[in-house]
Amino acid sequence: MSKVKVFAKDLNLYYKDFHALKNANLDIQANKITALIGPSGCGKSTFLRTLNRMNDLIEGVRVEGAVCLDGQDIYDPKIDVVNLRKRVGMVFQKPNPFPMSVYDNVAYGPRIHGIKKKQQLDEIVELSLHSAALLDEVKDRLYKSALGLSGGQQQRLCIARLLAVEPEVVLMDEPSSALDPISTLKIEELIQVLKQEYTIVIVTHNMQQAARVSDLTAFFLMGELVEYGVTTDIFTNPNDKRTEDYITGRFG
Amino acid sequence: MNNRLKDRLATGMFWFGAVAVLLILFFLLAYIFLHGFKSISWHFLTSPPETIRAGGGIGPQIFNSFYLLFLTMAITTPVGIMAGIYLAEYARRNNITEAIRLSIETLTSLPSIVIGLFGLLIFVNKTGWGYSLMAGALAISVINLPFMVRISEEAIRDVSDEMREASLALGASHWQTIWRIVLPSALPGLITGGIIAAGRVFGEAAALLYTAGMSSPALNFQNLDITSSTSPLSPFRPAETLAVHIWKVNSEGLIPDVRQVADGASAFLVLTVLVFNITARWAGRYIHRRLTSSQ
Repeated sequence: MSKVKVFAKDLNLYYKDFHALKNANLDIQANKITALIGPSGCGKSTFLRTLNRMNDLIEGVRVEGAVCLDGQDIYDPKIDVVNLRKRVGMVFQKPNPFPMSVYDNVAYGPRIHGIKKKQQLDEIVELSLHSAALLDEVKDRLYKSALGLSGGQQQRLCIARLLAVEPEVVLMDEPSSALDPISTLKIEELIQVLKQEYTIVIVTHNMQQAARVSDLTAFFLMGELVEYGVTTDIFTNPNDKRTEDYITGRFG
Repeated sequence: MNNRLKDRLATGMFWFGAVAVLLILFFLLAYIFLHGFKSISWHFLTSPPETIRAGGGIGPQIFNSFYLLFLTMAITTPVGIMAGIYLAEYARRNNITEAIRLSIETLTSLPSIVIGLFGLLIFVNKTGWGYSLMAGALAISVINLPFMVRISEEAIRDVSDEMREASLALGASHWQTIWRIVLPSALPGLITGGIIAAGRVFGEAAALLYTAGMSSPALNFQNLDITSSTSPLSPFRPAETLAVHIWKVNSEGLIPDVRQVADGASAFLVLTVLVFNITARWAGRYIHRRLTSSQ
């Protein structure tokens, strides 16, 4: 059994009066891919965003309970959120490269964390682009705008940008929902490779994707974590009637 | 009346509105330039004005206008951008923020002659500077500041939240995100807005009558000692600007060529503001292209 990297204990999240997450308890295994599935508005993205405290940015959000990273509660007031987000990085639904060159995008993270030497930055940029399976496609246009890349390339650039800060956990919020099937496939292959070094949590709307890429799957419904287990079990032999109804396409 | 006819009528009315705006501007500009360009010459633009004889110029007034603009922008740009960042990035929706917004709106709608008289009491008399460029710059800053705040806030808000989230999710602090992502992305908007605000400052007269004053001491352009009252760079000398000069020659000028001087000065003033506005559009686009390194 592998080790638990992150766990949520009795986690509740309120958005003003709306109870968006109800008593979630979830262990996320290190070096595994955990998929969060469920219909729109079920709380899966909200849960994902509690793991690096991105919900803090929204006015009116209140969190109760605990989320622990390597046993330490990240909602402890003594925690440095900036450092937390360096350890727990995020890839967003829509590719969001900065309006700068490809190189500057990838070098952004290392630079803000204090790396100044050109040679060291060059190495990080090359390695990160390579890890994100993008290097061959952009090596001739490193100093041109990242906005000129295709959607799929932009998303892999965002992954490279994230890898450059060497996070421990990678959160992905529907990373391929804005992409074409071929780009989606590339992202999925990439995720498989990345799990050797990173703990990955991925929110997806696409159940085939969850079945294809993940080791474990959690099913959310109306803010409640209904069922969590090994992906093959969830998809072939769910315990809960609601899980079965959802994955067989009866709603959602 | 059937719907088709109504639709045509409505379209016609909107056309009329748009064309009316264009025509008014066109006739105004044509009138000012046709009369003004006749009096503009190199001599007119560089010589000091005459008091009773014909043939004076507007050289010191042009210099004063630009110098006053520079001082005003040096005061309002940093303060305006800082307040804009606060309102766009930090302010929560509460009573304090509401009070700040209400103050800004009120400042925007204060008549400039009132601000001028306020400047006379505070910046001219209380400080003991007398009529001076600095007093004028401060008075104009009061007018310009709310615009700069609003321009900055809008430019900063226009930067998409996706950019902020991307930066924060990489472990950047709020300050790093503002400095490295938000401000560069907002720069085209800040510059365009800033230049347009500069055009307004350049043409302001009422707030300056009793602050920067209606006289210009003889200036020695070789004298660069900013503490000397004959130096053009001294911020504590009285300084009549172009817009004030136009008002003054028209109302109490003793020179025989009042009309020519007023026409020429007006044409130059309007032309400068026009150049500001065109530059603003061009600079915004150019900087956007440069920053995003997009082709």
